[in-house]
Amino acid sequence: MKPTTLRSTTALVLLLCGAAANAQDGASAERGKAKFEHSCAPCHAAGPGDDGRPMLPGTEALTLKYRGTIPAVLEQRTDLTAPVIKAFVRSGTFSMPPFRKTELTDAEIDDIAAYIAQTSKLR
Amino acid sequence: MAVLPPGVSADNFAAAIREFEAAIGKEWVMTSDEDLVPYRDHFSYIKDQPNELVPSAAVGPDTTEQVQAIVRTANKYKIPLYAISTGKNFAYGGPSPNVRGSVTVDLKRMNRILEVNDKRHYAVVEPGVSYIDLYRRIKEHGLKVWIDTPDPGWGSLIGNAMDHGIGYTMGFYRDHFGAHTGMEVVLPSGEIMRTGMGALPGSNSWHEYRHGFGPDPSGLFGQGNFGIVTKMGFRLMPQPEHWRNGLVTVPKRADLIPLVDTVNYITDLGLAGEPWYGSPLTALARNREFLDAAASFNESAMDRLAAEANLHSWQVELQFYGSEKTTLAQWEYAKELVARAIPNARLTDGESLPVPLTPEQIDQTTGPYPTNMRRNVTQGVPGLGVWYMVGRTEQSPNTWNETHIGLFSLVARTGEAVMQAQKDFAEITQQLGTPSLFPSALGTPVNWYQFAFIMGNGFGMSMGENTPEGKKRATERLRQVLKENARRGYGDYRGPPLLQDDVADQYSFNDYVLRRFNEKLKDAIDPNGVLSPGRAGVWPAAYRSMRGGLRG
Repeated sequence: MKPTTLRSTTALVLLLCGAAANAQDGASAERGKAKFEHSCAPCHAAGPGDDGRPMLPGTEALTLKYRGTIPAVLEQRTDLTAPVIKAFVRSGTFSMPPFRKTELTDAEIDDIAAYIAQTSKLR
Repeated sequence: MAVLPPGVSADNFAAAIREFEAAIGKEWVMTSDEDLVPYRDHFSYIKDQPNELVPSAAVGPDTTEQVQAIVRTANKYKIPLYAISTGKNFAYGGPSPNVRGSVTVDLKRMNRILEVNDKRHYAVVEPGVSYIDLYRRIKEHGLKVWIDTPDPGWGSLIGNAMDHGIGYTMGFYRDHFGAHTGMEVVLPSGEIMRTGMGALPGSNSWHEYRHGFGPDPSGLFGQGNFGIVTKMGFRLMPQPEHWRNGLVTVPKRADLIPLVDTVNYITDLGLAGEPWYGSPLTALARNREFLDAAASFNESAMDRLAAEANLHSWQVELQFYGSEKTTLAQWEYAKELVARAIPNARLTDGESLPVPLTPEQIDQTTGPYPTNMRRNVTQGVPGLGVWYMVGRTEQSPNTWNETHIGLFSLVARTGEAVMQAQKDFAEITQQLGTPSLFPSALGTPVNWYQFAFIMGNGFGMSMGENTPEGKKRATERLRQVLKENARRGYGDYRGPPLLQDDVADQYSFNDYVLRRFNEKLKDAIDPNGVLSPGRAGVWPAAYRSMRGGLRG
């Protein structure tokens, strides 16, 4: 095999690996979107809250906490890695109670992190 | 913080854990402190105290057969179990058990929607199905039925019904236990029992006639500890074509008496959904003269000040489900009835909207008049919007209501009884040295269970008591409230494990014969007392000495 061919093959393999990784990330983010909408969005989405309130309760709480220094809408956050999300989900914080593994598995939290990583780039 | 179930050796506990793991898989048997954090009550009044109601382990079965295996192992090692469904019964203990060291049976993974029938109007679900889950399924499939959701909507249909929760549409559907259509239960022996027509093999009407034949024990499972419900059916309201609301206000305080009588007539005829009572006089809650009149229940002074402020004393919002024509006829008839009973009542047309309402219409809170109605729940739309009530506020952005607790007393469904309850509750809080900042005279009845009023007496009393000492003080006060409520004939309908013995003590007729009856049944059906000992004050023989143990 000539060096150029080797280089081309290596590049192709890397490209394919990258494509596979991207496809995996994409599938994870897709699953994460569904789980986010089910388990997180009822409190943390953008959009109005109930009974004329301007925000949903999670978004309202984070608006009061951060006062605009970082986004209150989780899908806009760039700092929510899987370990960070896990820490909040498993321990709870303020009025947000903790969530059990029967409600959200560790793998599902990874998917949610992948989804938020994707949406935060779209800001 | 590892704890053992009471009276169980470490060796036996370890053996039981191995059996649980063999039955349901190691992944779903949780024993580490980290995994057990979410099984503690996030709003506990005894958090981090030596008597905090923490489990020793949690198990997450996926099938009824796995629940049976867990119950059999628990009997073998005499380990108390505590079943939860979605674990969201916050204000009433959340997922925490009655007995410290119980093994929590977490039914969340049993989340199958087994049937939704939009011709015969019922659904059959497993315990892990939330209101949000069922709502989404109905929407996805375009089915023409509504759910009746409590707020918030992350709770389980079965769990909510089991603790006698309610919703906000039409009377019949709002009593969630009352609207059940039959259930499947794993008994303390590990056997599976079905109630109603479910007891007849091959019946095609299980979820249409819940009584079957002979005594129906299904009531024992509501706020009970006689079995673990693994399937349950619920009646669903057919999706109406139209919704309409209207506002009734009456000028004088005493006008509440004919108003309640009239609204009872309207709702009990099935003409209207949940009526939402309120008091326009809350606008005077900062008026010193009014506050003085309210504190002494000076009715004529309150009426005079209301008239001077051009305010009416009471309001009720009515809502109607049906077609455009029928809802109009229902509202017109309601107006006629109110005008007959209270000639100077003010009657204001609300909105008249085809169903389903658009998201914008659901968010609408102004309309022809300002409304107190939480419109999403009147439309059977579940959400978590109401959770703002326990979170940060603009006034207190760095704290939250970590002592969220629910205590509501049953009050007779008359205007006289409501006004008497206002006085009684004011006296009780005075007696305890914790007068409310909000005048009791402005307290309104909640008609959330169709055939009874419930009024808050104790709910929110502990706001701001976030220190361990403060929580202890608040708990003592709440116990006094419960005792004093009972002395005056008011019983509470629900409570967290911390206060369940105190609530149960209210129901003392004939030397507590009801409790003695329930405990006799408990001992016969659950001889080892393994299922949720102490729930709702029902203690099996093996644990009976623990009654009142949290009062220490």
